[in-house]
Amino acid sequence: MSDLTHLTIAEAEAGMDKGDFTSVELTKAHLAAMAKHKDLNAYITETPDQALAMAERSDKRRAGKQAGWLEGIPLAIKDLFCTEGVQTTAGSHILEGFKPPYESTVTANLWKQGAVMLGKVNLDEFAMGSSNMTSYYGAVKNPWKRQSDAKDLVPGGSSGGSAAAVAACIAMGATGTDTGGSIRQPAAFCGIVGIKPTYGRCSRFGIVAFASSLDQAGPMARTVKDAAIMLKAMAGHDPKDSTSTPGPTPDFTKAVGQSIKGLRVGVPKEYRPEGLSSEIVAAWDQGLAWLKEAGAEMVEVSLPHTKYALATYYIVAPAEASSNLARYDGVRFGLRVPGQSLDDMYMKTRAQGFGKEVKRRILIGTYVLSAGYYDAYYAKAQKLRTLIASDFKQAFTKADLLLTPTAPTPAFAIGENLDDPITMYLNDVFTIPTSLAGLPGLSLPAGLSADGLPLGLQLIGRPFDEETLFKAAAVMEQAAQFKRWEAR
Amino acid sequence: MSLDKATVQKIAYLARIEVKEEELEPLAKELSGILHWVEQLAEVNTDGVAPMTSVSAEMALPWREDKVTDGGYAEKVLLNGPETSNGFFLVPKVVE
Amino acid sequence: MAYLLEGETGPWEIVVGLEVHAQVVSNAKLFSGAATAFGAEPNSQVSFVDAAFPGMLPVINEMCVEQAVRTGLGLKAKINLESVFARKNYFYADLPQGYQISQYEKPLVGEGQVIVDLPDGRSTVVGIERLHVEQDAGKSMHDQHPTKSCIDLNRSGVALMEIVSKPDIRSPDEAGAYLRKLRSILRYLGTCDGNMEEGSMRADVNVSVRKSGEDYRTRCEIKNVNSVRFVMQSIEVEARRQIEVYESGGSVDQETRLFDPGKGETRSMRSKEHAHDYRYFPDPDLLPLKLKPDFVAAIKDSLPELPDEKKDRFVRDYGLSPYDAGVLVVDRASADFFESVAKGRDSKLAANWVMGDFFGALNSTGKTIETSPVSAQNLGDLIDLIGDGTLSGRLAKDVFALMVETGKSPAALVEEKGLKQVTDTGAIEAVIDQVMAANADKVAEYRSGKDKLFGFFVGQVMKASGGKANPGMVNDLLKSKLAG
Repeated sequence: MSDLTHLTIAEAEAGMDKGDFTSVELTKAHLAAMAKHKDLNAYITETPDQALAMAERSDKRRAGKQAGWLEGIPLAIKDLFCTEGVQTTAGSHILEGFKPPYESTVTANLWKQGAVMLGKVNLDEFAMGSSNMTSYYGAVKNPWKRQSDAKDLVPGGSSGGSAAAVAACIAMGATGTDTGGSIRQPAAFCGIVGIKPTYGRCSRFGIVAFASSLDQAGPMARTVKDAAIMLKAMAGHDPKDSTSTPGPTPDFTKAVGQSIKGLRVGVPKEYRPEGLSSEIVAAWDQGLAWLKEAGAEMVEVSLPHTKYALATYYIVAPAEASSNLARYDGVRFGLRVPGQSLDDMYMKTRAQGFGKEVKRRILIGTYVLSAGYYDAYYAKAQKLRTLIASDFKQAFTKADLLLTPTAPTPAFAIGENLDDPITMYLNDVFTIPTSLAGLPGLSLPAGLSADGLPLGLQLIGRPFDEETLFKAAAVMEQAAQFKRWEAR
Repeated sequence: MSLDKATVQKIAYLARIEVKEEELEPLAKELSGILHWVEQLAEVNTDGVAPMTSVSAEMALPWREDKVTDGGYAEKVLLNGPETSNGFFLVPKVVE
Repeated sequence: MAYLLEGETGPWEIVVGLEVHAQVVSNAKLFSGAATAFGAEPNSQVSFVDAAFPGMLPVINEMCVEQAVRTGLGLKAKINLESVFARKNYFYADLPQGYQISQYEKPLVGEGQVIVDLPDGRSTVVGIERLHVEQDAGKSMHDQHPTKSCIDLNRSGVALMEIVSKPDIRSPDEAGAYLRKLRSILRYLGTCDGNMEEGSMRADVNVSVRKSGEDYRTRCEIKNVNSVRFVMQSIEVEARRQIEVYESGGSVDQETRLFDPGKGETRSMRSKEHAHDYRYFPDPDLLPLKLKPDFVAAIKDSLPELPDEKKDRFVRDYGLSPYDAGVLVVDRASADFFESVAKGRDSKLAANWVMGDFFGALNSTGKTIETSPVSAQNLGDLIDLIGDGTLSGRLAKDVFALMVETGKSPAALVEEKGLKQVTDTGAIEAVIDQVMAANADKVAEYRSGKDKLFGFFVGQVMKASGGKANPGMVNDLLKSKLAG
């Protein structure tokens, strides 16, 4: 038997259907691979017993011809999704040991379709970061290395554990969440596919909140089709989330393999700033060429407020976070550091429970909402958000989707970019505008840098038009023939 | 806006995060740097632009029926509590 | 007459505005499906949403929206078809989210008014500034443990309406009358049970003082006062304190204070006030609340007749005095009770019975209209028995007492106890003859001019008839018989 962990989800489903192997075997293969790759630090909590029990039940369902869309597929779950009875940390000390007595809607949807949980994967603390270096549970290593040196690289973030696990074949797919690029940027850094669907597509119920108006869950997988299968299972209306879209969920897998003839691909001119690395530009041009070859048409579009997106985001997201994270107060769950008084207990608990970046964002968020500054910062940023969203609306009158780079650089080394928070924030320059507008964005690997690292391209679509993204992504995937795990 | 130590102290108190005296100065500098950077938004004319509070603002706020469908599981609510007794969460005594 | 407090420097006027927190009548909480019932075991009516567990999200209860709109309409207020929920951020042990979901810039209900009936018979209008919907907090108990405070989140997330008056109130009496009227309206509407003991209505009282003709001076807010009497007391106490401060050359700081009814004083809660900055912003977990005009219109059509309209109608249709009408309409049950009793009968007689003997009986037995042993039907029947001469007024009172005691119908009691009034001339004459025969000496005295003895004979006749003889007939017949 060839290495089961190297199969795609679609291939594994076919294999189990034919009876070539069982979910228990597939799961065991992954558990073994996880043990071998502990050095990546991708998992915070491994759940082997649960995984095998789920796999056994899955094999019975398959035998009873009751297989779901992800029947028997071992997945990694970002440790931001609450999983009943299984520690959920959000990458933070303050939630260490917290076992939710409930299940997030997205993970519940996955289990309903037969998926198997391997464990909970690492992330930047409270999903705040682009490198996975802010996790209390340690940095995650990117399975990729540069050709020129042996330095450990970051997997990107915040869904860094998810991306590393999928790229290293210690999970067939993983859930991620994306607030400003947290699915797409790590997908690009690790050479996998990741999609942040339209805001409202996946329920936020049971996902530890970072910035409520931006947070969206999405799948991370090794192929476009796998991502489509996963999203189909994860998405859907949820009456427990007031911002969840009531519309039906399309069968995204049907889009994979469809023609893109006549599709208008927009190229935003503002995404080609001076100094953008020539490798990134080359990968982008290559992507455009593939789409053109497949019959798409190129149009230049303008998103004039792009340069303000980062600053807008770094007001809106911290503001919401400062309020969302107030519930971590040492009273009902998580860490408590004793204090002389209630206030003293709060202050010590939160000082010791939160890491540096989280505290920085809470303080910024608190400040921009405070009396006398609300209008200058928060209200102003919300107005910019309107302008940014309307830029996209305008662009989508001329184009059916947009193609841009996912990140301005390939993966960087662990420890780099830490000196100045703003340098780190710049990682998300291409992904943040999409988040602010609530649009779907998909990152897929388009090639390798000169130093042998994966480079990602981002497809951006109209609201609730993930199907067009899957269509175009499948075409590009076919053309790119990206050497996935073999390339390392 | 450059933040001084006193302002940082005040924000940190609002956010209930203890900041040690020696951390105040560097933190003030760091936060001021971020604020300076986001203040670039001031150059955009936003007169007459409505603030965007939600992506799904077009959607109607969904309503739930007035039915008791939840609660009744005090033991689960208290399960993760750092300190509980007789069905209550305990906190350091508050003197009013 | 304006209410003025006399200080050393002359008279002072007081200016009061009230923020009333009224708990919405609903089965489930504002944003969760947990129950709202009072008095349950600690933390037993708490969902993970109410306890603010990670990843929990609010979904609004339609009933709470409907109730708030109904209240707004009952306060003759403007209903805002688009309102926004905002987070009010602060830390407290019984506020699990670290913020309260409330409404700030765009409340559900705008300006309205309440007509307030004062004890001296005057009426005045108190303006309503706004009404918004928000979550209640949990409960901290500080006396159950030597070193800890105990937190119960059963109330956490229960829907409240904050009803903010304009600073139109000028005396403790007006404040009391406003609260009573507001409570009466809320109860009519069925949107709040108005039970201050259980905390379903609480008031924050804003008080300032000024010299006549001045602009408003600095106000202090007295937090969480939980009875009408305490509201009235706290206003007077706080106003006197402020006058003293001004007259001794000081100035009043805008602050939050606490009323201590035991000591009869207010004191500063400055510790709690420390650096408050609520950082309101629209709650990103919720969308703007948009109402269709049809929705509001349907609620408007279903509004009950409210106390003011009912009072006017009682004065107009039943010929009651405004005072009597006002007393009867304070709550819907007594107004309905009165109307059932008065229907097809002498309405003034009905009002006298309801407000007199009936209310008296409820008071002395500690019962309510709902649990009263005397139904409106039975009280009406009793009045009918007076009307048709079956019972004298005196007998009726005896029968009523028995009705209260036994819950039986007046007809049954009259039958059972043989209390029917005797109106048969022959029977009464027979009794009179008997009495006269037994008191021949007194008859002679009467006839020789001692008129005063007439009362004696009436008493004897009534006594001999067991109180049942019709008093009018006894009078007439006795007079002619004694005259010889």
